[in-house]
Amino acid sequence: MLGSAFSLKHRSAANAIRYLGFALVAVAITHYGSAQDTPLISGGVGFFTSTNGGNTIYYPVNEPLLAAPLGQHVLVESRAALIETFAPNDGNQPGYDHTHFIGLTYLQGDYVASRHFTIVGGDYLIPFNTYNERLSPIWIGNFQDGPLVAALGVLSSGSGLGGMLRGNAIARNKYSIDYAWFYSTRSGNEQFKTQRGSGGRASLYLPEQRLEMGLSYDRLLQGTHENFYGAHLWWEPKETAFRLRSEFARGHHAQGYWVEADYRTQAFGGLDSVIGRFEPVFRMQQTFRRDTIVSDGLPLVNTQRADFGLDYNLPHNTRILTSYARQFSSTGNHNVWETGIVYRFLFPAWKGK
Amino acid sequence: MNLKHWLPGILVLASVSAFAVAAQQNSAPITPAAKTATAAKPADQQQDEGQRVFDQNCSRCHTAPDGFSPRISGTVVRHMRVRASLSQHEEEQLLHFLNP
Repeated sequence: MLGSAFSLKHRSAANAIRYLGFALVAVAITHYGSAQDTPLISGGVGFFTSTNGGNTIYYPVNEPLLAAPLGQHVLVESRAALIETFAPNDGNQPGYDHTHFIGLTYLQGDYVASRHFTIVGGDYLIPFNTYNERLSPIWIGNFQDGPLVAALGVLSSGSGLGGMLRGNAIARNKYSIDYAWFYSTRSGNEQFKTQRGSGGRASLYLPEQRLEMGLSYDRLLQGTHENFYGAHLWWEPKETAFRLRSEFARGHHAQGYWVEADYRTQAFGGLDSVIGRFEPVFRMQQTFRRDTIVSDGLPLVNTQRADFGLDYNLPHNTRILTSYARQFSSTGNHNVWETGIVYRFLFPAWKGK
Repeated sequence: MNLKHWLPGILVLASVSAFAVAAQQNSAPITPAAKTATAAKPADQQQDEGQRVFDQNCSRCHTAPDGFSPRISGTVVRHMRVRASLSQHEEEQLLHFLNP
């Protein structure tokens, strides 16, 4: 999760807060036709530690999310990340050094145009594979770190500035197909630094088998035009708390995959029993360099990594995340130990009558 | 690309799939409604349909929050419609499920 968070564009705190403020004011002056449509504030706060190759850092994170409907068809939504990182001073110096980061992850408007079309405009998350859009929030991910290969296909920053068309193309009892297609313009603006590119994703979901599979493609349309290909496969067998998620991504200079499995047992009093709240997690991933040109954020050499995690789902939307990982590459092997606690919040943006 | 490079991934995929099949055969049904404080027990077919939408879409990425104000249920559902690419019918069923 840290890797994902730090891949966000570096933006000034003042401007990020200003944009969020504008969004909040915009929705505050709007009349709401339904009592169920009050704007919400959600997100997660967490405290994490990570020991990578013997170096430990501590970082509290706050990821607030605002969602506000406007009328019957529009939704304005935004997510930000506030991270403070503490690391021991080098050498024998006492104390800790710290850095901070505040940035908008996305700020978009959604217009539900019809049964099958939603038009998205603004600064949106790139719909390439699944991790960037669906698993990157700290209150969702099973591990603190995102997969290594998640850096491929997301136009460097993870978000695009422009438009996107998405929705459910076909919905039947036995299958459904959804899609997303985007065009992002190039922007050097401090708040919305993005690259020019275009692409999309299509997914097939089989509800009886609880199987989802999809293909992604996008193309960088500036500098050296590069193609990125992705595929994902998710399987969550019916009537179990087992989940299998996997992705493959191929870029111009590197490729790789990850496979993640997690499970909660119901055999000792259900999911909300003391035992049922434990969640063992495992992730295997490999990256392969196709050439020596490094422009994609993946390791410089072929890398293999296995993550073993044990999460605990406390009541009141709180999770404890712990994991150990061993990373193997020709430049050296090392261990990564991580612990953290995350609280998810969800409440109306203002007090009701 | 040599096949042996992909072998660990293939083995992992095969092992966890076998584990999942075994787990599926030995597990009792999940009752997600019990995890959603704002959702009552299914009272009719529409409620069942709403729970199916919840199980098959929302639960694919995250567990249900312990509970939330009914004043934001419409906002939650619209957010899910965009994120999970729900159809209009599924959106209506989900809203009914959250507000029986």
